[in-house]
Amino acid sequence: MARSRRRRLPRGGNDFQWCFSQVKGAVDEDVAEADIISTVEFNYSGDLLATGDKGGRVVIFQREQENKSRPHSRGEYNVYSTFQSHEPEFDYLKSLEIEEKINKIRWLPQQNAAHFLLSTNDKTIKLWKISERDKRAEGYNLKDEDGRLRDPFRITALRVPILKPMDLMVEASPRRIFANAHTYHINSISVNSDHETYLSADDLRINLWHLEITDRSFNIVDIKPANMEELTEVITAAEFHPHQCNVFVYSSSKGTIRLCDMRSSALCDRHSKFFEEPEDPSSRSFFSEIISSISDVKFSHSGRYMMTRDYLSVKVWDLNMENRPVETHQVHEYLRSKLCSLYENDCIFDKFECCWNGSDSAIMTGSYNNFFRMFDRNTRRDVTLEASRENSKPRASLKPRKVCTGGKRKKDEISVDSLDFNKKILHTAWHPMENIIAVAATNNLYIFQDKIN
Amino acid sequence: MSQKQEDENPVEETGEEKQDTQEKEGILPERAEEAKLKAKYPSLGQKPGGSDFLMKRLQKGQKYFDSGDYNMAKAKMKNKQLPSAGPDKNLVTGDHIPTPQDLPQRKSSLVTSKLAGGQLE
Repeated sequence: MARSRRRRLPRGGNDFQWCFSQVKGAVDEDVAEADIISTVEFNYSGDLLATGDKGGRVVIFQREQENKSRPHSRGEYNVYSTFQSHEPEFDYLKSLEIEEKINKIRWLPQQNAAHFLLSTNDKTIKLWKISERDKRAEGYNLKDEDGRLRDPFRITALRVPILKPMDLMVEASPRRIFANAHTYHINSISVNSDHETYLSADDLRINLWHLEITDRSFNIVDIKPANMEELTEVITAAEFHPHQCNVFVYSSSKGTIRLCDMRSSALCDRHSKFFEEPEDPSSRSFFSEIISSISDVKFSHSGRYMMTRDYLSVKVWDLNMENRPVETHQVHEYLRSKLCSLYENDCIFDKFECCWNGSDSAIMTGSYNNFFRMFDRNTRRDVTLEASRENSKPRASLKPRKVCTGGKRKKDEISVDSLDFNKKILHTAWHPMENIIAVAATNNLYIFQDKIN
Repeated sequence: MSQKQEDENPVEETGEEKQDTQEKEGILPERAEEAKLKAKYPSLGQKPGGSDFLMKRLQKGQKYFDSGDYNMAKAKMKNKQLPSAGPDKNLVTGDHIPTPQDLPQRKSSLVTSKLAGGQLE
């Protein structure tokens, strides 16, 4: 059977065989705070991969076209554009330091030759236009080739400037700045399927914007209590439904998800659906609420399911069933007996993200020690892989890793106490159509591909 | 301590026996961890997810520089020598006269990201 070179849909149900493809970033042991990657996102076609970091910078990689003369560079991602998206600010009125860290990047669907993305820090969202310039005009009348103005009296003839090809230049320019709409820290942005509006969510409020309008934003969710002493939960993530432009969900620090329908009222404080897994009251502990806090929520591409990530697990919910998830996958259950120290070193508050593959047959999320986990929903198999430079020979297969919890540690296993909790994989992304994944390990970006790809 | 409590509450035998057992095994480590934490920090509040914790989260990024304090202290200290910043440079309040040097530097990252520089395969 002839194998097509470029698959349109990834294989579902079979085991993947992940291989190292590329790693980006510095090798130094000393990691500068600014270089820590804070968000990773593929665009709709998967040809562009954007990263944001704590220093407020965005780096965009582009997938190389398949090239017969350099077959091994098929599908490699190389730097396309980089720019400073946000700068540090100080709000003197409130004595607030505003970090330049990019919390989220979301691409807009492509409508013309240029690419657009939204990037946000804690307070301000910006719409960036990334465009290519590969021609320039030559033969101006009023200035020389090097830009110097010509003496008008010396001009004796007129000529028509002609366009000449030039080396490709990629320019990024801020087209809209959506500011001053959030008192609290923005944790999510999500572009609507109508391609005209988007939402931004902070700890207590969610706002709806029109991409063209920067001086106005509609508040659609407000959970701020009249008396702040009564505050019991905050919004942790929000996302628009992939197809229904009137539906969005938001998750809370108490482990619940609310689905809202913007058709029902202007202010969606009353949810249409409320998703919560019942808790066994006898199992409640000091840590229960903290570890149930949802750090990420993502709709499946189909729009039928959504996935939530809490500290120890990933749950898949059927939108038609509110009383419990349809799947629960343990990410690192062995950490349950380490919660005390994880609370002391603040790791218990780490916010892990999660993502679906293109066909919704698999999900991925990160863990510690530069491990990341993948769950195949069809075969019910899961695997732990590691992003490390030790395993970075081109096209080298990744070996599954195993954490040993009991006393006897087998060869190649690592014990829980040896895990490096400073090596966290919080951000991962899966190509929308192919089996290519991007994994952010602190200041390095790893790209892995499925062998068959 | 907490483990003893668990033994006194027998697991109900239902159809979801296996799940219950697993949950019980999940309870023990968590409760043990809770006991450890309470032993270290006896004054820890009963409501971990309560408003204190959330309020701290909402106030991330707070730095204290009061221009009123600054000017009042400057006026008071007009003829005296300005005291130098104490060991905790981040905390600048009250009589201490902060100078721009006291506030932590917030330089923007003008250096290009290392992700964009150099092809590391």
